[in-house]
Amino acid sequence: MAFPGLINYWIVVILMMTGFYIVISQGNLIKKIVGLNVFQVSVFVFYISMSKVFGGAAPILDDSIETYSNPLPHVLILTAIVVGVATTALGMALVVRIRDAYGTIEEDEIQRLEAEESEP
Amino acid sequence: MNSHSILRVVAKFMIPFIFLYALYVQFHGDFGPGGGFQAGVIFAVGFILYALIYGIDEARRVLPAGLTRTLLSLGVLLYAGVGGLGIYLGGNFLNYSVLSSHPVSGQHLGIFLIEFGVGTTVAATMITIFFIFAGQDR
Amino acid sequence: MVAVAFAIARLRNLFTIVMLMGVFSLLSAVLYVLLSAVDVAFTEAAVGAGVSTLLVLGTIALTSERGDYTPEKFKVMPLLIVAATGVVLIYGTLDMPLYGDPDAPANKHVVPRYIEQSGAEIGVPNIVTSVLASYRGFDTLGEVVVIFTAAIGVLVLLGRGHNRWRPGMRAGVGAKREEEEV
Repeated sequence: MAFPGLINYWIVVILMMTGFYIVISQGNLIKKIVGLNVFQVSVFVFYISMSKVFGGAAPILDDSIETYSNPLPHVLILTAIVVGVATTALGMALVVRIRDAYGTIEEDEIQRLEAEESEP
Repeated sequence: MNSHSILRVVAKFMIPFIFLYALYVQFHGDFGPGGGFQAGVIFAVGFILYALIYGIDEARRVLPAGLTRTLLSLGVLLYAGVGGLGIYLGGNFLNYSVLSSHPVSGQHLGIFLIEFGVGTTVAATMITIFFIFAGQDR
Repeated sequence: MVAVAFAIARLRNLFTIVMLMGVFSLLSAVLYVLLSAVDVAFTEAAVGAGVSTLLVLGTIALTSERGDYTPEKFKVMPLLIVAATGVVLIYGTLDMPLYGDPDAPANKHVVPRYIEQSGAEIGVPNIVTSVLASYRGFDTLGEVVVIFTAAIGVLVLLGRGHNRWRPGMRAGVGAKREEEEV
């Protein structure tokens, strides 16, 4: 197996699992969204590393270039990044509203308040 | 931030260049890296810088909330409208070849228009979101 | 990049985390340039490192949380789940095409046509632009509508006329109702 081999996929898996760990282990809602972002970037890296071809140039046509990298994943990820920031904004808006309603953004605090509310 | 004259002067100097760069990215997207998505973000960053330095109210005076919301929907409508125009002229939805007498120039025109729509929507979205978040504590 | 991601996982202070998030975005932009995806790198640098960081900072300013008052406790269960999932995923990668392989399935299907024909059909040198705007126009329209919807959602959630939590208010579910009664 030549040097790069499958390393790009392993890096993606490590990043993805880091993001996953942040999402499931942290109680703070902002940290959860940051974790989702890390997860998202790992998927982007996965697509982009799949699109790389050895010796391929950036996909801008020119007569002097023989091989190009695969432009299709670039397109998908390009739009996904912008959509990602828009959805992050939506998540952040939800966090702000949760804070308005509960006065906290820690998950366990919110659950405690909910429990108090349901059994007065 | 009214007392930081260095910031104010530098920002005033930089903002036109940011807008110019955004327009370059928008219209040069056919030939190099760039396009509507990036240009929209850079354009929004220009306004966000202005709002950060001069205050939200001042920025709102330059760019009223109604205007950003109108632009927000106009971008989508422009995109969909170009698609609809394709049907009207006898092609498929979002087929730009019929927009002009020659297919390639039609494609050019179509890409130009929809990139413009994308740029408008993205810029308006980013500005709207920033102003809403920054304008909360009043 | 992996190190920065680990740092984000371990640190508690939200401000530091946001700054690291910006660093993370910039690093991934550099990685995209190395993988010859210049358009993507451009977007990531503008969006991820710029706007996204600003947005999270804005949220932190609004919620005024430091995020470090909960006691640090190491949780074993999430780590186990994550490790198990990771092992399964790495096992899954063993059958994947090698990095940079021109014969990988992802580089075969419609892509050669895009590369060979788009110059003549669309007349735009940047293949990413021609695929984005023309071949996959529907897709991009959908993405633009998603962004539009997100903006509308933020407007609805945080627009004018909702009760903002203030430090004087009693923390809790009843805060809003209490304010109305008084």
